[in-house]
Amino acid sequence: MRQKTLGLLALVAGVFAASAAQADITIGFVTSLSGNGASIGIPYGRGINAAYEYKKTINGETIRLIQLDDGSDPSAATRNARKLVEEEKVDLLIGTATTPSTIAMAAVASELKVPMISISPVGKLPDSPEQWVVAVPQPASLLVKIVADRMKRDGMKNIGYIGFSDAWGDLVYNGAKAAEPTDDIKVQTNERYARTDTSVTAQILKVMAARPDAVLIGGSGTQGALPLITLSERGFKGNTYGTVALVNPDFVTVGGKAAEGIQVSAGPVIVAEQLPDEHFAKKIALDFRAVYQKTHNIPTTDGFSAYSFDAWLIFANAAERALKTAKPGTTEFRTALRDAILSTKELPGVHAVYNFKPGAVTGVDERALVVVRLTGGAWKYAP
Amino acid sequence: MTSDIAAILAIDGIATGAVYALVAIGTVLIFTVTRVIFIPFGDIAAFTALTLAAVDAKRFPGTGALVVALACLATLIELISLLRSGEIRLLPRALLFYLVLPLAVVGIAWLAMRMDPPLAVRLVLALMLITPIAPLLDRIVFRPIADGTVLLLLTVSVALHFALVGLGLLFFGPEGVRTEPLTSFSTEFAGVLISGQTMLIVIAALVFSGLLYLFFDFTLVGKSLRATAVNRTGSRLMGIRPARAGTIAYLLGSLMAGVSGILIAPVNTVFYDSGFLIGLKAFVGAIVGGMTSYPGAAIGAVGVGILESFASFQSSALKDVIVFSLLIPVLIWRSLASLHSEEEIEE
Repeated sequence: MRQKTLGLLALVAGVFAASAAQADITIGFVTSLSGNGASIGIPYGRGINAAYEYKKTINGETIRLIQLDDGSDPSAATRNARKLVEEEKVDLLIGTATTPSTIAMAAVASELKVPMISISPVGKLPDSPEQWVVAVPQPASLLVKIVADRMKRDGMKNIGYIGFSDAWGDLVYNGAKAAEPTDDIKVQTNERYARTDTSVTAQILKVMAARPDAVLIGGSGTQGALPLITLSERGFKGNTYGTVALVNPDFVTVGGKAAEGIQVSAGPVIVAEQLPDEHFAKKIALDFRAVYQKTHNIPTTDGFSAYSFDAWLIFANAAERALKTAKPGTTEFRTALRDAILSTKELPGVHAVYNFKPGAVTGVDERALVVVRLTGGAWKYAP
Repeated sequence: MTSDIAAILAIDGIATGAVYALVAIGTVLIFTVTRVIFIPFGDIAAFTALTLAAVDAKRFPGTGALVVALACLATLIELISLLRSGEIRLLPRALLFYLVLPLAVVGIAWLAMRMDPPLAVRLVLALMLITPIAPLLDRIVFRPIADGTVLLLLTVSVALHFALVGLGLLFFGPEGVRTEPLTSFSTEFAGVLISGQTMLIVIAALVFSGLLYLFFDFTLVGKSLRATAVNRTGSRLMGIRPARAGTIAYLLGSLMAGVSGILIAPVNTVFYDSGFLIGLKAFVGAIVGGMTSYPGAAIGAVGVGILESFASFQSSALKDVIVFSLLIPVLIWRSLASLHSEEEIEE
């Protein structure tokens, strides 16, 4: 509720500011402060507020941030995006918490020729002759690839797989399967369970019958702990691996001792304070934590707010270059900003080093992920 | 599949089945007395687990607020209906049952929680907070349409389930919980490890089924409940109030669902929406028993548990398909085996 009020205030303040100084750079930000995406939409919103505190001007130009709530509804996201472009004349769109809404927004951005930075994963670009959209988050295939590399390094050959019986379970399984020829591993089982299942004993027995060196978990959140608990009940001694989808405080509480030692791939911001000093994300991630703490008076515990922050960094970097050729608020500036974003080179953020080029929606590489290990109930950097 | 694996699967299946059995017996109980197929029973079980976890974490659970809200609503409805029918002398009684008792339960729970009670007390608190919900829902939702068709009652019951799931998300949040185990005891039987929790689940199922048997055969209230189940109109002529019988059935049923919730909480992560599948699988068990027989429902539910366990070993992706496909042959067999009596249709 407070978030909503803040957003509204920002909007009102923005309208007044607009009449005062026309030449400001205007950013339209959409997130889900209500609806079923709110649990991640609220952190996204907090992240952008922190980012705004971090950098309010670029080359002397003030930035105006307008924040709107889409209620986790794609049609509301579309309306918001149109309103921001047509009424508020924004130079850039950033959004939103859920993938369906983000795709809806991206269609508007391409149609109205406004650059957009997506903060949730987008599989492919909207059909449009020109590219106007880039995405910040690491793609799922990369998440699994980092884990597969780690399995190889740990000398794991036979891998047991158990995951959700939905699209996420498929994604992780396919990622592990794709790593088979290059990483010299063998995925022996493909066991699935539903989010509402009460027992995975049968699936775990089957996984263990394949005598794997390690087990890969394709679940998320608290229910991702169920296979780990069953494995430990059955006396499994091998390694366990997972993806960033498991990283949340409730997973650690529910998993308890059974989850100890699991290694997952995650953005470096999760373990910012443990990174070596020369790591690209160390300084910027600590800056982000400080400014987040200052803005909201609570520490960051999630990776989502960090995506908003990175989106802001990408925009700020591109805007500096775009300002040399055009004035904000004009069609030329939007085009210049888009070209600048698409030529981003080696920009370090809290999640990744960003390199964008036309034709590719994401611009991250293997540096965007680190492996962290759950030790003593806390995530520890495991280089 | 070796015999070892088969034994482990069987034990796992029996434990899961025993949980379903408790819910199934409650479902049959409610159905026979009130003709309502009470889909939200699974939700009641899940809410108990979530309430227990909240009490363990020293947070006052949202179920307390739910009980207070429902109690106020039920009192209002009861008052209006009493005033309309001019039965003012029943007012104090209605206030006692619909307002004072539920509020007292919440009050006691609130006070007790401040004293950092031991596990046994926390279990009782969770059960106490859960049991008023179903009877209050009965008063608010089902009593006004008590004479409707079974199909209408079922539709309303499904709607009620969705409302409860929404409230669950509001009260307990999207993440699941798991409570501390009731016992860490485990023993080996013929080379297979059996955990104390599994034994507890099976024992609880047996004990509660046994208690229910004694209740129905040896107490007046139990007999009046059975009479209502056999013939609503006839039992009303004999001086039994179907509404009161319904309330007792809901209380007993919630108690069963609550116990199964407490038993399942340490062995599985329970989410705000976990109740639906528990309720649905218990329902399949109840159908195996023809929705009328308690032993039939219990055996059916244990059967569902065992089938589920073996099915997920054979093909984890098709597990639920296999379990729910069981309905088709069972329904065919039941419709061929049982004769439709005119009396049922008449009602």
